[in-house]
Amino acid sequence: MKKLIYVWSMSVLVLAQISVASAATPEERGREIAVEVDARDRGFGDFEAELSMTLSNRHGQESERSMRNKTLEVDGDGDKSLIIFDNPRDISGTAFLSFTHKSGPDDQWLYLPALKRVKRIASNNKSGPFMGSEFAYEDISSQEVEKYTYKYIRDEEFEGKPCFVVEYYPVDPKSGYTRQVTWIDQQEYIFHKVDYYDRKDDLLKTLVFKNYKQYLDKYWRAEKMSMVNHQTGKETLLTWSGYQFANGFTERDFDQNALKRAR
Amino acid sequence: MRYLYLSVLLSLCFHLPTASAVEYSGSVSVEGRYFMDDPQFPGQRDGAVSLILEPEIYHSWDDGYQQWVFSPFYHLDSTDKRRTHFDVRELFWEKAARDWELRVGLAQIFWGVTESVHLVDIINQTDLIENPDGEDKFGQPMVNFSWINNWGTLDLFALPYHRRRSFPERTGRLRAGLLVDQDNPDYESGAQEWHLDWAARWSQVVGDFDIGVSYFSGTTREPRLKLGLDQSNGLVLKPFYELIDQLGVDLQWTHEGWLWKLEAITRDGQQGRFIAAAGGFEYTFVGVAGTNADVGVLSEYLFDDRGHDGPSATANDLFLGARFILNDVDSTEVLAGSVFDLDTYAQFLSVEASRRFGDRWKLNVEARLFVGIPADDPFAALQTDDYVSAQLSWHF
Repeated sequence: MKKLIYVWSMSVLVLAQISVASAATPEERGREIAVEVDARDRGFGDFEAELSMTLSNRHGQESERSMRNKTLEVDGDGDKSLIIFDNPRDISGTAFLSFTHKSGPDDQWLYLPALKRVKRIASNNKSGPFMGSEFAYEDISSQEVEKYTYKYIRDEEFEGKPCFVVEYYPVDPKSGYTRQVTWIDQQEYIFHKVDYYDRKDDLLKTLVFKNYKQYLDKYWRAEKMSMVNHQTGKETLLTWSGYQFANGFTERDFDQNALKRAR
Repeated sequence: MRYLYLSVLLSLCFHLPTASAVEYSGSVSVEGRYFMDDPQFPGQRDGAVSLILEPEIYHSWDDGYQQWVFSPFYHLDSTDKRRTHFDVRELFWEKAARDWELRVGLAQIFWGVTESVHLVDIINQTDLIENPDGEDKFGQPMVNFSWINNWGTLDLFALPYHRRRSFPERTGRLRAGLLVDQDNPDYESGAQEWHLDWAARWSQVVGDFDIGVSYFSGTTREPRLKLGLDQSNGLVLKPFYELIDQLGVDLQWTHEGWLWKLEAITRDGQQGRFIAAAGGFEYTFVGVAGTNADVGVLSEYLFDDRGHDGPSATANDLFLGARFILNDVDSTEVLAGSVFDLDTYAQFLSVEASRRFGDRWKLNVEARLFVGIPADDPFAALQTDDYVSAQLSWHF
């Protein structure tokens, strides 16, 4: 969930601007910005937080989801995360474990409390909706530098903040997108907005990040993420709360036994 | 037994720091079941209405590394006296440490990977009367120690008490002509249901492979049914629970949209040794026809070397199925499948569909059909027990 994340420290910023300025091609420059986004969020270790999602359609009908998330940063690979569902009540106790990887498919397991069964599930569903929302699995999974190629487009302000506009091109042919156009804060290297273009290269969705807060004096997390689907008029508002860092989680908190114990 | 549960629960409650730390969830359901054919045996009815209560109470402390869980179960059935039953599905205390976990009490443990049968899964007794699919289980008293290492997880189980399988009563459907005298079984062990069973399982994830190897030694969960007399000298089928040893293997290879699955067991102690296996695949097409829907196709081959005349309904059978997941706000899902007997061409067809209404209501619909079972087949009596059922649940 690093897209949610972006981080920042003065000394790194200065270095980053020097290196970005020295990049030769738009592709190299785009990649350098993405590398910096990743570097600024490195070292957070672990966190837990609560999420709620409000799903609405163009008729104004709403539906609520709530869940808890634990994430562990893994050196040299993608994050591990455990999501426990609380609402709707019929799936309360269902839990989702994922090991993301820098390259290749993620590993995913689902715990089904009615059968007390852990199921390893196929991870070719990355373009599919998460919990019936406008967020796809690939939108909420750990963003690794290796998962995209890049192109720097231009500098542009987003709501008064200077941003780099960078296009992300998914490496995985199973991605639901041809490209993601991102607005990245030039100071903090955090995302303010992402436009998602579908496989026909039509604008599909827009994600806007709001209410960033800084944790451990370093790591930025957006409290609100609003995803609007332009093709269906549906919208999902994702709200994060109760962030706690430095819980001392280990790999044991992200194994199949932990998945079964989750309630 | 019931008072034992209650006293254990009360003693757990008194050890709580505050009552507010206890979390409640669960469901209340109303189920209607309708059999499409006329009953075959005297006393049987066309259908039944049921009320099912499944609350769960739990408390966790020690940063979530210790918890206790209490899940009672009650089913009130309008026709089948035995289907009206109470059970404690789970009542256990659990502690997790860095490289081990300990679980003590009544619990449910699932092993296995295949969809059409669950050969390897052996810890819990099947509550067959609750659903003929065999996926409802009775709480099993156990001490379970898990040792977690980088070479895998080793689970050890001591199982001090045997639960009896449930079978339909005189008014119930999905039974043979002779009733099963479920409350007066015969045990091979002199200790009867108090024989100490044990089991072990090693499991490990190696890249795309999930591997499990398990061993069980003790009283079988799957009784042989022998002709016998009940207390009023009527002819009945008496469950006979022998002592068995069973070695099991389960394996899944997950690759892109493919899940390749295998379960195999070899069991000794019920009139010799036999081998049974189930293997096949599930492939999922995602985002079918430009929609958000996923469609999975499933196929498994089922084998039992005791053959067609043996006690297994799936001695040489092929399972074909399809799973439709709409990925919509209401989590609409349909699983349709058929098990073909390759020897007799008999078929068992099953459709399960579910959908949420609002935040708290869920509707589950099931249809099960038995087609073309030969009259001399051990399962011939099911031929007239096609049914549909609908269950509306309120979740809290």
